[in-house]
Amino acid sequence: MLKVRVIPTLLWKDVGLVKGIGFDSWRRVGSLLPAIRVYNTRQVDELILVDITATADNHKLDLETISEMSCECFVPFTVGGGIKKVDDIKQLLRAGADKVAINSAAYDDPTIITEGAKLFGSQCIVASIDAKKNKDGKYICYSHAGKKKRNIEVSVWAKKLEELGAGEILITSIEKDGTMDGYDINLIKAVTNVVSIPVIASGGAGSYEDLYQAISKGKASAVAAASIFHYTEQTPMEAKGYLHSKKIPVRINRIS
Amino acid sequence: MNVAIIDYGMSNLGSINNALIECGGENVSIISNPEDFKNATHIILPGVGSFKDGMTNLKDLCWIKPLRKTVIEDKVPLLGICLGMQLLADKGFEGGEIDGLGLIHGTVEKLKPVDNKEKIPHVGWNEIYSKTKSPILENIPDGTDYYFVHSYHFIPRSVKNILTTTPYCGNFVSSVISDNIFGTQFHPEKSQRPGFQLLKNFLNL
Repeated sequence: MLKVRVIPTLLWKDVGLVKGIGFDSWRRVGSLLPAIRVYNTRQVDELILVDITATADNHKLDLETISEMSCECFVPFTVGGGIKKVDDIKQLLRAGADKVAINSAAYDDPTIITEGAKLFGSQCIVASIDAKKNKDGKYICYSHAGKKKRNIEVSVWAKKLEELGAGEILITSIEKDGTMDGYDINLIKAVTNVVSIPVIASGGAGSYEDLYQAISKGKASAVAAASIFHYTEQTPMEAKGYLHSKKIPVRINRIS
Repeated sequence: MNVAIIDYGMSNLGSINNALIECGGENVSIISNPEDFKNATHIILPGVGSFKDGMTNLKDLCWIKPLRKTVIEDKVPLLGICLGMQLLADKGFEGGEIDGLGLIHGTVEKLKPVDNKEKIPHVGWNEIYSKTKSPILENIPDGTDYYFVHSYHFIPRSVKNILTTTPYCGNFVSSVISDNIFGTQFHPEKSQRPGFQLLKNFLNL
């Protein structure tokens, strides 16, 4: 049976590993390479690395660093941040990313998803959506690390991204991000209800139960989390033990 | 030992290179010129992308003849990974009907979900179950999880070529075998310890 994935998210800003709250007040929490080495030994199912300042600052992808990271990464490695054109996808895949996460660029030029999927396969195109709830209770998309409001509802955009050829959707709640008080289950459902591709839930995980809720109620195929692993004693391995006890199929390593 | 990783422009080779070194591979090298792999004792054919692009690149870079000779005549062990496994087939249907390397008889077709819970692409960790006994599966118990990411699968003509199956889309063939030729749909270089075990077994052949 296909396993539900537990994925630590690594946010990268000016050569350090950071974590913020609500896409703001970033704190440095360590260095990238040691973090990847540690996660390699802790049975994580995948890693997501996002350069959070790449789009806003308009700086180039740091391919050398990504190549260094990917050589040390023996689990699937998704890289995002600052991808603007199809050639960026190519460069990142050549540098060792297994998948790329595309967010802001898809609003301005949706063909990046279609072209990327056609050239490299939809399995390596992760479409990332950052969202906030508006005062009418509707989920609205934001780009540029949460700074730019897009007048499109999450469920509409998610469906569109699937049609364009995205292989997976990473859905992040801007309001919940870094709060550690649980995922926005309704936001996850707004996506899983309309697409048939795998959905990765992100933003708000503070306990193993939160991960369970995103999977059981939100119907997520994978759960991404950062603060829970940076700031608490909780680990991906224990998270999987908890999910296993709740009858969620997870990967338990049989070979040591 | 001389481990040759074939670079035909279809994927990054950093992690497979490092994984082979971690697994005790000696003289591991990434080879982009078919002239340079004459002394290989083990060959890795990796790859991510479409069947059509993969075959086009192998053809354009003049890999097909030397590869077939080394594997068929010199019996050098070959491990195809993901697209590299699919290219071993006679034919693929991704990007039109395309001839493959024809090293293991069969075709490569799109996965067909048996219910609406099965999503395509098949992405994530899933179990493998052995159908043929082989030293490449030594110390790998049935039910071990490996990392998959694909939309197409290998359908061998003969059941003798089925090394393992995986419970998805009606138990698809997740690895193939024919003498010294092996192919895994999953990524051992991205599957942590179970992946390393398989690579070690391959290097011990």
